[in-house]
Amino acid sequence: MKKLVAACALSLAASVSMAADTIKVGVLHSLSGTMAISETTLKDTVLMMIEDQNAKGGLLGKKLEPVVVDPASNWPLFAEKARELLVKEKVDVIFGAWTSVSRKSVLPVIEELNGLMFYPVQYEGEESSKNIFYTGAAPNQQAIPAVDYLADELDVKRWVLAGTDYVYPRTTNKILEAYLKSKGVAAEDIMINYTPFGHSDWQGIVSSIKKFGGAGKKTAVVSTINGDANVPFYKELGNQGVSAEDIPVVAFSVGEEELSGFDTKPLVGHLAAWNYFQSAESDANDEFIEKWKAFIKNDDRVTNDPMEATYIGFKAWTKAVEKAGSTEVDKVRPAMYGIKVPNLTGGVAEVLPNHHFTKPVLIGEIQADGQFEVVSSTEEVAGDAWTDHLTESAKIISDWKDPSVNCGNYNTETKKCSGQNF
Amino acid sequence: MFDVIHQEKNNKIASFFSRLLLVFSILFFTNSIQAQSVEDASFSSVANQLAGAKLKQVSAIVDSLTQYDDERLLPILKAMLEGSLYYEKKSKRLVFTKKLEDKSFNTNGVFDDKPVENVKKNTLRKVKTNNKLRSSIRKTVAQITLFANDIAVREKAIKSMFDDLSKENVALLNQLKETEKSEKIIELINTALAISDLKNGDVSLRLQALKKLEGNLEPVVRNEVTKLLEKDSEGNYKEDALVVSTASKVLQSIEENVKFYGYLETLFFGLSLGSVLLLIAAGLAITFGVMGVINMAHGEMIMLGAYTTYVIQLLLPNNLALSILLAIPAAFIVSASVGILIERGVIQFLKGRPLETLLATFGISLILQQCVRSIFSPLNRQVATPEFMSGALEINPIFSITYNRLYILIFALVVFFLLQLILRKTSLGLNVRAVSQNRDMAKCMGIRTEWVDAMTFGLGSGIAGLAGVALSQITNVGPNLGQAYIIDSFMVVVFGGVGNLWGMLVGGFSLGVLNKFLEPQTGAVLANIIILVGIILFIQKRPRGLFPQKGRAAE
Repeated sequence: MKKLVAACALSLAASVSMAADTIKVGVLHSLSGTMAISETTLKDTVLMMIEDQNAKGGLLGKKLEPVVVDPASNWPLFAEKARELLVKEKVDVIFGAWTSVSRKSVLPVIEELNGLMFYPVQYEGEESSKNIFYTGAAPNQQAIPAVDYLADELDVKRWVLAGTDYVYPRTTNKILEAYLKSKGVAAEDIMINYTPFGHSDWQGIVSSIKKFGGAGKKTAVVSTINGDANVPFYKELGNQGVSAEDIPVVAFSVGEEELSGFDTKPLVGHLAAWNYFQSAESDANDEFIEKWKAFIKNDDRVTNDPMEATYIGFKAWTKAVEKAGSTEVDKVRPAMYGIKVPNLTGGVAEVLPNHHFTKPVLIGEIQADGQFEVVSSTEEVAGDAWTDHLTESAKIISDWKDPSVNCGNYNTETKKCSGQNF
Repeated sequence: MFDVIHQEKNNKIASFFSRLLLVFSILFFTNSIQAQSVEDASFSSVANQLAGAKLKQVSAIVDSLTQYDDERLLPILKAMLEGSLYYEKKSKRLVFTKKLEDKSFNTNGVFDDKPVENVKKNTLRKVKTNNKLRSSIRKTVAQITLFANDIAVREKAIKSMFDDLSKENVALLNQLKETEKSEKIIELINTALAISDLKNGDVSLRLQALKKLEGNLEPVVRNEVTKLLEKDSEGNYKEDALVVSTASKVLQSIEENVKFYGYLETLFFGLSLGSVLLLIAAGLAITFGVMGVINMAHGEMIMLGAYTTYVIQLLLPNNLALSILLAIPAAFIVSASVGILIERGVIQFLKGRPLETLLATFGISLILQQCVRSIFSPLNRQVATPEFMSGALEINPIFSITYNRLYILIFALVVFFLLQLILRKTSLGLNVRAVSQNRDMAKCMGIRTEWVDAMTFGLGSGIAGLAGVALSQITNVGPNLGQAYIIDSFMVVVFGGVGNLWGMLVGGFSLGVLNKFLEPQTGAVLANIIILVGIILFIQKRPRGLFPQKGRAAE
């Protein structure tokens, strides 16, 4: 309760003080509703980064001032709150959104008002807006390397693509299906299954996965199952005796935070693909974890990949502002390209002209303590906005730096931008 | 003729091998006594390389470790499987560990018996393993434990050999068969040997094996039999015609069995979904069905029950089974008292105004959700499953029933019949029925209708709390728990017939079974849509549900 009061007081204080000598940072994450479970953490991360930056003396000699709003997991409200941040609060930058649908909702507003937003979650790609930087993974930085790992290291021959029924899993699975087929996997060796949000009765699906995997070829599940539905899914896997050694599940939406919700003993050995794990061994990471635990005043809290993406986005933005000497969007945006910030896994994240970042791909196995053990890691991979594995997207590139292209959807065959805004 | 010679040759080779094995083992035994000290040094030095090794090196080290016939091999491999083999960061000394509640470890050296208590985690590093390594270790462990005293261990070892019937393993199995006394194990060994014959034997061996394996439901058997029916590029069978015809017969009988158990499995899934629907709808059947109050906060009563389970488990961390049993009455009391509060505080003032009741209770549901978010944080809470509720009851290799679902099915039925008993046999039940049939008349007869209303609402909410205890075992315990179930529970009550508990029982189970039979064909999303549309159409035909209340009371 105290925390709540403090948070309310903070946001109230933030919106009341209108001093002109601060740089305003908008935080657009749901603090109530379905997505609060994931997004509250990111709000706290941004607040921590701001506090940290202010302790170092702020930016351009000014203090940073957070403006926290709550879009309440309500997609249209994201657009309204974004407008409020840009028009009424006049923020210089926004950190926010989690689901793709909320990003799509914010997108026209940000473009209309020429704002600047950092989007910190892995997503399906096929987008590159002038006003958004995508600090999470594009499909080629998560899904494709994960599938490669399963095929090369574990000799997987049969694939179950299971996902929640919305845009991210549908697009990712479309890309993966095309990719697997191009690698010579037969259509009958791929099973695709969609379930509604918050699905809780997995008996039938797990049993059919078990049957599909009992055909004598090594089988793996590629899971784009989102959020809450994962807990009953993994529970059912454990209860029906599907172990990671028989049928490994590699998940793209299950991180340390999601695992903190349940007993991970039966899940040991199942996999996840991310660009960051809390168990990554680097000094920057140790420092980050220590700071986070101190900031949130709870030793049991974990860190996860979208937090690292927020961290990288924030650091890149502060560097760009210093380089540009201004917080004006039109000056900061060009300054962003080519900026390099150290990531938390010991490498470097570079901002690319297609508004994506370079990221290493890590594959981790779930441990009994809810952490991941890294079993494979790659060099930094450049984020690709338009996938090369779908024919209609393969010919499209995004480049906001090259003046001859200067758009997010340049068709290399017709040599034209498609005309859509993103 | 050739076959006979071939077989004889095979036998000779087999007996030669077994003799060779015997000679070797005797040699090895005497050898190992003489060379113990030498071997000891080399085994421990190889094992010690595990400390700080990269994943790729670990598998090489394990391979060379298995060359030694050392009794310390098994504990090391087992610890690696469990992930409890660590090494000290500084000294690189290998230790077995036991995790304590405060996240520190009790350790004991692998090669020296020096137990240390409460070692901090950051001074230790784990010996890395991954899936591939663990499954190869498991195979090695199976070979070692094949001769264990415990029948269950032997059974597990043989089963894990099904996928890997190498010559070495077949020899081991034959060896075990000679000394084995348990019929069950001998049966298993025969199955394993038959599978191996199916793979590698000649025609007569294959026919024998097929005969032996008829009706066997192990997935391996099915795959191997299917392989016998493979055709080459010209569409001709690769195998002998007799083998093919027998194999196709065997496969057919297997397929029939698979189909049958598939139906049985789906039926069970449907009943178990139905039992969840029954539990969540039972409370609503009282508040909505009997009292006529549209309670949108019903889902939050379920959520409170689930959180009560969580709190009780926090208080009793060492006794999961007891905490679940205690949670049942506790959740009932918590949810019932909140329900009574809501009834006394809000609903009684809105009697006869359904629209306002709906809005008010919806507001209450949002308040309750946000309260829980503030108190317990928006993150999902972990409710552990006690031992007796995890795992599955294996009826045969392709049909097993998960314990948690089984217990919930039983629990739902118990709750349902208790509820019937309360409504039929107690004075409270009599009063409830009287008030629900004719409020004014009941009042005239001296029944305190206000009190009855509060108690009825409490009863309905309390039962929702019980549903929360059950749900905590199968899904997330989080602030949104209730929302996910509110629509389903209304669906069941409306479908079954408002005010009729039996209707709810039939409605819940039939919706569950229907859903599960639709799901494989249409996918989970479409199955839900079809059912919802079906119910809407059904209500058009029979507005009062499956079992409408009859008589004047229904008006």
